[in-house]
Amino acid sequence: MTASTTPPSAPLLAIRGLSKAFLGVQALDGVDFTLRHGEIHALLGENGAGKSTLIKTLTGVYQRDGGTVALEGREIAPRGVEEAQRLHIGTVYQEVNLLPNLSVAENLFLGRQPMRWGLVDRGAMRRRARAILMPYGLSIDVTAPLGRFSVATQQIVAIARAVDMSAKVLILDEPTASLDAQEVAVLFKVMRTLRSRGIGIVFVTHFLDQVYEVCDSITVLRNGRLVGERRTDELPRFDLVAMMLGRELEAAAHRIDIGPAEVDSRPPLASFKGFGKSRSVAPFDLEIRPGEVVALAGLLGSGRTETVRLVFGMDRADQGEATVDGRPVRLKGPRDAVRLGFGFCPEDRKKEGIVGELSVRENIILALQARQGWLKPIPRRRQEEIADRFIRLLDIRTPDAERPIQLLSGGNQQKALLARWLATEPRLLILDEPTRGIDVGAHAEIIRLIERLCADGMALLVVSSELEEIVAYSRRVVVLRDRRHVAELRGGEVSVERIVAAIASETPNTEVRQ
Amino acid sequence: MTGALQRFLPLIVTTAVLVVGFLICAAQFPNFASWRVVGNLLTDNAFLGITAVGMTFVILSGGIDLSVGAVIGFTTVLLAVLIEHGGWHPVPAFAVALVVAGAFGAAMGGVIHVFRMPPFIVTLAGMFIARGLGFVLTTDSIPINHPLYGELNDMALRFDFGLKLSLPALLMLGVVLAAVVLAHWTRFGANLYALGGNRQSAELMGVPVGRTTVAVYGLSGLLAGLAGIVFSLYTGAGYSLAATGVELDTITAVVIGGTQLTGGYGYVVGTFVGVLIQGLIQTYITFDGTLSSWWTKIAIGVLLFVFILLQKGLLTVWAGRGGEPAEA
Repeated sequence: MTASTTPPSAPLLAIRGLSKAFLGVQALDGVDFTLRHGEIHALLGENGAGKSTLIKTLTGVYQRDGGTVALEGREIAPRGVEEAQRLHIGTVYQEVNLLPNLSVAENLFLGRQPMRWGLVDRGAMRRRARAILMPYGLSIDVTAPLGRFSVATQQIVAIARAVDMSAKVLILDEPTASLDAQEVAVLFKVMRTLRSRGIGIVFVTHFLDQVYEVCDSITVLRNGRLVGERRTDELPRFDLVAMMLGRELEAAAHRIDIGPAEVDSRPPLASFKGFGKSRSVAPFDLEIRPGEVVALAGLLGSGRTETVRLVFGMDRADQGEATVDGRPVRLKGPRDAVRLGFGFCPEDRKKEGIVGELSVRENIILALQARQGWLKPIPRRRQEEIADRFIRLLDIRTPDAERPIQLLSGGNQQKALLARWLATEPRLLILDEPTRGIDVGAHAEIIRLIERLCADGMALLVVSSELEEIVAYSRRVVVLRDRRHVAELRGGEVSVERIVAAIASETPNTEVRQ
Repeated sequence: MTGALQRFLPLIVTTAVLVVGFLICAAQFPNFASWRVVGNLLTDNAFLGITAVGMTFVILSGGIDLSVGAVIGFTTVLLAVLIEHGGWHPVPAFAVALVVAGAFGAAMGGVIHVFRMPPFIVTLAGMFIARGLGFVLTTDSIPINHPLYGELNDMALRFDFGLKLSLPALLMLGVVLAAVVLAHWTRFGANLYALGGNRQSAELMGVPVGRTTVAVYGLSGLLAGLAGIVFSLYTGAGYSLAATGVELDTITAVVIGGTQLTGGYGYVVGTFVGVLIQGLIQTYITFDGTLSSWWTKIAIGVLLFVFILLQKGLLTVWAGRGGEPAEA
């Protein structure tokens, strides 16, 4: 590392008024970001906040539309990853972007191998590789293929490469997502060492505990705009979560009176005890009763989607037990869940939900047909009846049932997906972000629909980032943080403020994530 | 060191097969274990070995080159036409053939990179084009009678203990040596392995993907051209249908040599051993005299199958190994 000649008072990296749009969607809108020498700076925000756009603009993957980026007072505009590296901006991604088939030493020196007499000096390369890794507490066989080592080791090698290529700014994009607690500790030690050497680190993570453990300051983005920058020690967790979720808490503190928190004596439809999966979500207890809406609230990456994937059998739990109607059941796959009368509308409807080329009718009929078995086709007449009924019931805006579903708007696609599962008359319907990416009108309709469905006795398990929405329709809210169920709010306790407080609550998470 | 042992295991197994095979042959035929047989083995398979080196590089980079057999055929015809019909001296004809073959390969590499086309399709098209161009030049088999051909064929390095290395054999050994250096002691070699490991990561790490792709197919074409020269020396003729199916023989040699068809893992030396194993089987059948030459194909087919299974098995074993601790 060459010592910086600029006085430490000048910021290492100063981004001012950064803007970037894609096809008319403003991904970044006049964002400021300041990174100082020897600082670990958390960059936080929910889905669509603009974090990855900001990083990709910094590393030259995207070109900015407006604003300035200055490195140690000098304006820069990298046009590619290589140029960003030359400008001393190094990046390490969650998925390690090194080459598993090359040796550790070759990964460290690819493209800049020490040469002697026109040939690669392999001996020198090995020696220098060992020397580079020494300060990181890594003494490994540098001639072994990188792929043989753990993700944490690979990540440290990636960091070592970036730093050795004279990075002054190191961007760590969710580096801890697939590490266990011990590996995270090693990584944090490395980060602190680099900080003491004057390197500025941008740290992107979803784990708030980690933010408070290692970061000096925090910048929060939301919907492509800057919400604010704070010193970590001056920002209580509650305020941080409020910044991330964008709640003006005074205004949002209104409570919807949905009666006292009566103890529900009905037997649960489905009940999960100590249900969990290592590296996915910590064991939890969950009961769902007929006619009830249970919401899962938490930040992105808090374990909400992981929870519903376990409940629907898409991932297999490795501990705990599930009972339906009081009888123990095994959820080995979605087929088991469907047989038990569960339905699931996934979060990413493009990838996991709709079949774009098929018609609205075929999409609606899909789950019902799958449950009947493909050998017993549903008669065309009956298919049309079902499709028409749900198009009417859910007010799906389509000229007719035969239109390819990809031509419909997002909200109508979402409703068709809902219809697919409603057609199977499920007893428990799981909705993952049912209102994401659809317009306000459709939004309200889907909420009304949710209310009507549970009035008919169906149980609903809903994942949503929209706290007002959750408060509007749920009588019970399970709050998750860092892949654990941390609180359950019932009846009158359910309010935006209480949910935010539960997300931000500072119970130290001492248990080792496996 | 167990790590190194594991990495070289495919290579070690291949070499063991060659040695055991040779011992079996030597036990069965008293005249087999002679320097003459070794010398012939190298000479007879020289064009295959040279081509297979280029193929190894292409496969290491994650691609494939189906055009090499056709390029060999085209090269022999081009040489025959230039020398016999055009009255050229062989040396400039060799130079022209090498340039044409190299440029042809580089052009395919360019198409693969610029249009992001699968190498399989592009080099398949290249195969038809090269084969077709040979027929455009001539459909006949033209004998080459230039005196230099006779001189070159008589050239050999003779050792006191009885080994005679012909010019083709020397060329092949030289190419293999140069290729080992290129693969492991140059940036180009490292870039090839990087490209075969993961194209996107390689790009993010600053590997010049386009340049490397063009260069590796250019190199494969160039070596196929050189193999064509060797083939025309060996047969003393130019024929459009020469070296049909050689692309498959070379791929076989590469795979038997322990290189993964998906790219990123493998060694040039392994390919060399793979070529020798194929040659050994052929020699065995020649010695036996009663077996049909198709048994060569069957034996190679079985061997190929066994090696692929072996590689798969090794990969599974490696994947099953847990990661090593971050701190040692």
